[in-house]
Amino acid sequence: MSHSQNIEINTASSDKKMLIAMGGIGIICAILIVLTYETTAPMIEKNKAEALERAIFKVLPDITKTQAYQLNPDNTFTKSTSNDSKLPKVYGGYDDAGKLKGIAIQANGKGYGEVLNILYGYDPMQQKIIGFNVLESKETPGIGDKIEKGTFPDNFKAMDVSLSDDGSTLRNEIITVKQGEKTQKWEIDGITGATVTSRAVGNILNVSAKQWLPKVYKNVNSFTVKTAEQ
Amino acid sequence: MSTIPQNKSDKGFFSSLANHPNTDEFTRGLWRDNPVFVQVLGMCPSLAVSNSAINALAMGLATAFVLLMSNILVSLLKDFIPKQVRIASYILIIATFVTIIDYVIQAVSIDLHKNLGAFISLIVVNCLILSRAEAFASKNNVSKSILDGLGMGLGFTFALLCIGSLREIFGSGSLFGYEFMPSNFEKWVIMVLPAGGFFSLAFLLLIFNYFKLKKEGL
Repeated sequence: MSHSQNIEINTASSDKKMLIAMGGIGIICAILIVLTYETTAPMIEKNKAEALERAIFKVLPDITKTQAYQLNPDNTFTKSTSNDSKLPKVYGGYDDAGKLKGIAIQANGKGYGEVLNILYGYDPMQQKIIGFNVLESKETPGIGDKIEKGTFPDNFKAMDVSLSDDGSTLRNEIITVKQGEKTQKWEIDGITGATVTSRAVGNILNVSAKQWLPKVYKNVNSFTVKTAEQ
Repeated sequence: MSTIPQNKSDKGFFSSLANHPNTDEFTRGLWRDNPVFVQVLGMCPSLAVSNSAINALAMGLATAFVLLMSNILVSLLKDFIPKQVRIASYILIIATFVTIIDYVIQAVSIDLHKNLGAFISLIVVNCLILSRAEAFASKNNVSKSILDGLGMGLGFTFALLCIGSLREIFGSGSLFGYEFMPSNFEKWVIMVLPAGGFFSLAFLLLIFNYFKLKKEGL
């Protein structure tokens, strides 16, 4: 066939043609993606904020109001007024009487696949984790997504996260144990068949709790006093 | 797998649209060569995200959009893409539209995006889309490719919607979240579990093939 001859004769020019084709398609695709990203970004932002608000109500039972607080560089918490602030945030939840019921904290880390983004509720009075919600997950459907279903979330209904005596870290590290072997209040009952994901949840919580809880506990008054003024 | 009869006599844009054989490019995907019920392509999303009608509809429409757009672009660029890099180019084009639909779904509803989860990204490797790009769009003009993409896309959506509705009606006693079954109806939990996907698909394939054979007089 003349087809194969053509290829031999035009090797140099066909190389160039391939490069131009791939590069050209790449540029077209990049432009399309950027355009879509720019148009949808504000809507996605708004949707994510609403989803976060709903999740806060899920992890902190019996609240009627929420308020965002930012962590300042000097380790104090102040009310966050603008959404643009790049400082890390936590969310206080209050009942009708304005009483602090708990604080919702976002945590993320590596799951089995991509980043796993979770939100948990912390009750500083009892020093317990009282709620758990998955904000974003790309875990394997049917396997890793079991962390949102069944009895796994029950691990976080009254999980002991009391601080050590000097208040600088947790008294007991949060760990994930094998399914059915949970004996302590700071252990997470793992999921057989979703070992990596359930362990990842334990690690993410442990790292985040160690980092956040001492600061939140020490400054618990900045959450209650501010609302009294409201 | 079905072989696709191709009409080689292209007479240009508008005449080919009005031409009679071209209506076939559209209707073929809806019924006779239905991607799920006849070609049995794209089984992974058809079984996995069809546990409720709304998930199935969203997944079907997302796939249809990607299929239509990739068909258009592949058909437009078919003379420009060298044979040696065609598959790489198709994948690049398909992946672009999947990224776009991913952003769009997030903008419409975060909950829906969460329900469909990893399956949105997996549209990239849905063999239905690549097979239409390779077997049809790269050999036909834009208008035919649009009709083919629409037909196959809607056929896929229709099939997913059938499976999804069946599973939701029996598994949750509702349709599109609207509960209509009497309160003493015992939900067939297995229908929303993965096994229910296989049951539903097998049941629908049975019906489909029964009518097909009957029509052929066998």
